[in-house]
Parts: sequence; structure tokens; C-alpha cells
Amino acid sequence: MAERAKTLMALSCPVPLPARDRVLLGHGSGGKLTAELVRDIFLPAFQNPALSRLDDQAVVNINGSRIAVTTDSFVVKPLFFPGGDIGSLAVHGTVNDLAMGGAQPLFLSAAFIIEEGLPMDVLRRVVSSLKQAADDCGVQVVTGDTKVVEKGSGDGMFINTTGIGLVPEGVEMSANCARPGDKVLLSGPIGDHGIAILAQRKGLEFESTVKSDSAALHTLVEEMLKTTRAIRCMRDPTRGGLSSALNEIAAQSQVGIEIEERAILVREEVKGACEMLGLDPLYVANEGKLVAIVESGAAEETLAAMQNHPFGRLARNIGTVTENNAGLVTMRTLLGTTRIVDMLAGDQLPRIC
Amino acid sequence: MCLAIPGRIVSSEQENGLRIGRVQFGGIFRNVSLDFVPEANVGDYVLVHVGFAISRVDAEEAERTYQLLEEMGALQAELPPSEELSGPE
Amino acid sequence: MKYIDEYRDERIARALAREIAERATQDWVLMEICGGQTHTIMRYGLDEILPHQIELVHGPGCPVCVTPLETIDKAIALALRPDVILVSYGDMLRVPGSHSDLFRAKAEGADVRIAYSPLEAVKVARAHPDRKVIFLAIGFETTAPANAMAAWQSRREGLSNFSMLVSHVLVPPAIRALLSSRENRVQGFIAPGHVCTVMGYEEYEALVRDFHVPIVVGGFEPVDVLEAVLMLVKQLEEGREQVENQYVRSVTYEGNRAAQDTMKEVFEVADQKWRGLGMIPRSGLRLRAEYAAYDANRIFDLELVSVEEPAECISAQVLQGLKKPTDCPAFAIRCTPESPLGAPMVSAEGACAAYYHYRRHAVAS
Repeated sequence: MAERAKTLMALSCPVPLPARDRVLLGHGSGGKLTAELVRDIFLPAFQNPALSRLDDQAVVNINGSRIAVTTDSFVVKPLFFPGGDIGSLAVHGTVNDLAMGGAQPLFLSAAFIIEEGLPMDVLRRVVSSLKQAADDCGVQVVTGDTKVVEKGSGDGMFINTTGIGLVPEGVEMSANCARPGDKVLLSGPIGDHGIAILAQRKGLEFESTVKSDSAALHTLVEEMLKTTRAIRCMRDPTRGGLSSALNEIAAQSQVGIEIEERAILVREEVKGACEMLGLDPLYVANEGKLVAIVESGAAEETLAAMQNHPFGRLARNIGTVTENNAGLVTMRTLLGTTRIVDMLAGDQLPRIC
Repeated sequence: MCLAIPGRIVSSEQENGLRIGRVQFGGIFRNVSLDFVPEANVGDYVLVHVGFAISRVDAEEAERTYQLLEEMGALQAELPPSEELSGPE
Repeated sequence: MKYIDEYRDERIARALAREIAERATQDWVLMEICGGQTHTIMRYGLDEILPHQIELVHGPGCPVCVTPLETIDKAIALALRPDVILVSYGDMLRVPGSHSDLFRAKAEGADVRIAYSPLEAVKVARAHPDRKVIFLAIGFETTAPANAMAAWQSRREGLSNFSMLVSHVLVPPAIRALLSSRENRVQGFIAPGHVCTVMGYEEYEALVRDFHVPIVVGGFEPVDVLEAVLMLVKQLEEGREQVENQYVRSVTYEGNRAAQDTMKEVFEVADQKWRGLGMIPRSGLRLRAEYAAYDANRIFDLELVSVEEPAECISAQVLQGLKKPTDCPAFAIRCTPESPLGAPMVSAEGACAAYYHYRRHAVAS
């Protein structure tokens, strides 16, 4: 008995792994690892005030005009998915990043990195979709680039879009502007895009009618800004989900953010997929949603304006900014208890456990 | 461990001598092996773990025991809040 | 979703908590074995609504956490071979081995793929006859029947390029080992509902008889866990010691015979090393001799040097419920999910990870 007890108490722990010497897939997930990469490599290299605000876009001053500039790379697989494709995504993603700064999106560049052997027809379809999306947004693709890489070096196609827009007078939104008492508004149900993509993935195949929510939100933002200028910041919760977006704001503003589980909408199909795979919708990507931190006095009218717009019909007030628990996002659960909504380290993985 | 969730069998068929069912979870569908639940039929709920149904949900038992829980819950709603309920971690 | 949402009902949960508070006349230490139950407790803050007399401790119920270091190292070594495709459940990818993990191996060029179901690994083998496909078959009894089917199907089809690296653990021997320890504080157990869905709960009667502790088979939603706690408290207050079943919608006394038969056909009981706990006799499964051609442990010759150093990690004590993650001096400081010192911080179901992820410190509401 004593022998067995001794065996049980034997510690057999691994040594901690050394500091990362290679870039991992998790570094692109939008969670903590990505933040680490930005903090440890990119920020120290480029150091400047615009960059250090770490917003979805940078607002710079050129001869008195406030120009918003942003860049994004699109590496989605499969290239075509329910609700969109890499072309339309490349437009929506960048337009949205501009819109999150309150900018009117004007021009895009589109750089293509194409894998040798990609059927020309696929390229045509993607370009056509990109053009359609740009037209719908009222932006022009004014410049671009093409590179071809050897077979096996890319997932068929990668696209980078850089966008520029104009920020109107008096619009000052940034992730460091949230203040205790502000309200948190979410434009609609979460998790659609991530699940739509996951449903196509080999090894996890399931049938679903979930469509990506990929959409351009600049007109929604316009309506919100017409209603009030008391909007502190906006984020579109893409990779890393709602959790990453809120955690970034909490960190940049050094405030706490408390959200209500009951108030967050999740479509039935998205919920089913998440339950089956053991995923938390808070960490699943969205491509047509925004979260806005609004001064409490202006919250009700802003919400009404959102609900009046096709991309905000299901908008909800999901929480409050607080003074305590600065830097943390917490959630009041369905049972009325509190849990932390932590920033994920890398990608969320389906689990059996 | 052992993430297993309940889903409803929508259809079933034989494939290579194995019984496969199309199971609905909320709004999604997935093919699930029904070999461990020969007694489960279309319309039944099964508990699914890693693509295999490991039990047929006993709807009657679930109903019966849930009724009792429901009654407890209804009673709870009428009572004043208890001071005992907040325990520190 | 039916059979899920109604078991997350706030009123019922609070009613159960209230009843527990009324029934408990003294302090009780209860252990839940299953990582899924730990997850639920943390994620829904059940420790917040339970009365202070109830102390919930977490057991070694995470098969990912207890997979031996050697197995991870073997999986990584195999994955790095150019002719190998390693297929695994998602949970295993981040678990640190002695020097690396499967994610890093992937970054170094290993062909590592995630599967939701073991049958997908068999599919990969069919699709790539020129490569050796190895499936990392881990889990408790819940997953054993499914993993067994993968082996059974491959053998039936005569696939020559499929094998499994097996590391299965069994729950009752682990509970027996915990209860045998002189330091055991646990007075009642919540047995894992999905393990019992497969195995039934007959095996737990011997534990009750030998150690005089009540055991309740519990489900995984908040209402299930609370109801199981209530049933345990009632037993303890009334001086009863039995095996009871809370998870009646899924668990029966005999369990799933068809699943058990498949398990028995493919696997046999063996001694098993548990990471953080050490060797527990007859607490694991291995492939039977007839399946030797599908046993990666037998097919592949691997010379491994495993590193086992005492570290700050107190996972042994956490896994036995002797300490809480928050008792560990390294918790959330030197040991985090991004740089874990031990297994319970790695798996999403591990106690330390659950504490870190959901509750970290007593969050001011």
C-alpha cells in the first residue's frame, strides 16, 4: 500500500519547452500567440504612434486630411465556401477594417499570390467576385500585383488587399478609448463564418446550411455615426472571434468588459457544430459583424440605428465596460455566475475530451 | 473527458455491412456509426462521441426525472433568494 | 438543443444548489473524475453557487493529460518520418512531450492531421496506400469502442498501411489507486457519465464495498453535475454508501454491451503508466495479439530517451485532488496554457487549464 502511494506521488512532469524557435500555425490565429509575435517582433521593429494603437486600421494625417490605411491578407481554404469566396472576403475584410475606424472606404489594392497549376477558371471566378464586391461597396481596385509560386507553396491562392479611406472630421475611434460605464453593442449572431469554413474541412465534415456572414459593414457604421459621435471604438471580430476583439479593447483601454451570455446570439446550426466539436462560439471567426463600445447615454439610439440596417437587425446590447478587472473580459453565464473570457493561445481545436 | 452530445437520427442505411445514420445536432447533420445502438431507430436521440452513437437516449427516463427537476425549479422561482448561495471559491 | 439546453436551466440549477446547502450539515470533499465535468464546473461557475461546505476537487479524468510522455514522444518521432501520416484527435496536438509537441512537429514538416472520428484515419489510409498512416488512439473507455472499430475495420479490409499508437486508460483502477492512497481526502465521487454509458456502473460497486465511499454516476451539463452532487450529499448525510445513477437518460447498469464486445475483441487489459500518477496495474488497454499488425508499438522500432525531471509542477497532487491548481506557486505565473509546466495545464479539460481559462482568480462580480 505504501509502495503504491509512493508511486502515485512520484512527480513526472516534462520540462517546459524552450522559447519558440519556429513560427507555428497558432501564431496566425488572432489570439495570444499572434499578439506575442506583434509585441515581440513587429512593434519593436516599426515603432511609431499610429502603429502602437494597434487598431484594425491606422489613421494618419496627410496635409490636414485624415487618411485611414489598412492591409489584410486572405488565406482561406477552401477558396469557395457557402456565403462567399476568397475574392469577396478580400474586399469585405479590408473595407471593414477601414470602417472600424469610421473611414469612408475609397480605394483598394489587390495583390495575388497564386500557386502554380491553379485552373484559370478559378482565378476568373475569384476576380469576378472581388470586382462585384468592390462595386457593391463603392470602392475601386486601383492597383495590384501578381506573383506565382511553385506548386505546393500555397493553398491555391493568397490575396492581400490594402485599403485607404477618409476619416470624417470629429470621428475619433480607437481601442484605447473605452471608459467605465460604456455599453458593448454586438451587431448580430456570432460564429457563422468560422463554422461555414470548418464544415468544409477534411476530417471534420458535417452537413450544414451555415453560410459565412462575409459582408461589408461601412454603411452600417455610417448609420451609427450619423446617430451619434459618442462611439469610442469598433472592432470586427474576425480571427480569434468576439473574445479576441473584446480582450484587445480591454487591454488597450485598461478597462474590464463584462458581457452577458444570454444576450449573445448564436444560430442553431452554429451551436450544433460547436457542441459537437467542443468549440466555444466566442472564439469562432466572423466576417460580417462588429462590436461597438458606445457611451452609455448614446447606447439605445445607436442600437436602434443598427437594428434599422440590414446587417444589424439582430444587434444587441451585450455588456458594459467596467473599472474593475481591468484588462479582463468576464461573462455572466446562463446560471448567473461569472467566468473569464480568456484570450485563446492559438487556434481553437476540436476536442474529444 | 468524453465529449458526447445528443442528436436525432433522421435516416439510416447500411454501408459495407455497417449501419450509418444521418444525425441532426441542433442545425447541423453528420453521418454517425450506429453499430453500437442496434435498438435505436429513426426519430430516436442518440449520444454521439467521435462519430459513434454510444447510447440511445432513454426519453421516458429523461422525461420522468426532468419533471422532478422542473418542479424544484418552479418552487425555487417562488422563494426569496437564499443567503447561503454565494460561496467563495 | 434538446437534452442539452434544459440541463442549463438557471432556476433548476439554483434550486439544486439551495437543496444542497440545506442538506449539508458539515463539510464534504467530493471528486469529479471527468475532465468534461471539471470543464462544466469552471465554465458555469458551479463552485460559485455551491455552499462553502462542499469542496469540489478534480481527478485525473483527462486522458489527454495522463497520456504518458513516452507516447507523445513516440508520436512525434513517428510523425517526423517522411513516409508517415500521423492522425490524431485535436486535443493531443498541443500536449508537450519531452522536447516538442505535435504542432511543432507539423511546423517542422511532419504530416499531422486532425480527425474527429477514428474512421477518418482509416479513410486517410485507404487514400494514401503509399504512406504509413498511424492513428494516435487515446482516451478512456468512452473512446475505446470507436478506436477499436478503426482497428477492426482495417483488419477486415486487410489494410497494410494502417496502425494505431494506443494509450487507453481505465477509470475504476485509477479511483482504486486514489482511494488507496494514505493522503486521500475524497469522501464521495462523481463517476464519469460517458465512460459509464459504455461500461455501465457495475464495476463501481466493488469500490463502494471496499472503500465505503458513495459514488454517483453523473452527466455533463450544469444541472447534471449539481444533481449528482446533491445525490452524494444526501448519501453522505444519511450515512449511505451506494452506487447511484444520476445520468439515467444515458447510463444503464450493464452499459452498452455491443460497444463492450467490440472493445474486448480488439483490446485487452494491460498495465498502464499515467502521466503525473505513475504506473497503475491493469489500468489500461492494449491491442490483442491478433492485432499485432496494427499495433504501432510493435511495428515501429523506436529508441527513445525520455526526460523526466522534477519540476515546479504539482500535477500529481492536483490530479489526485490533494491540491487545487490555485495552490500551485507556478500557477498563472510561470505555468500558463502558452507555456505549460505540466499536463493539466495543456489540455482544455485539464484542471489547471480549466481554472486558468475560466476563473483564474476569484473574479470580482
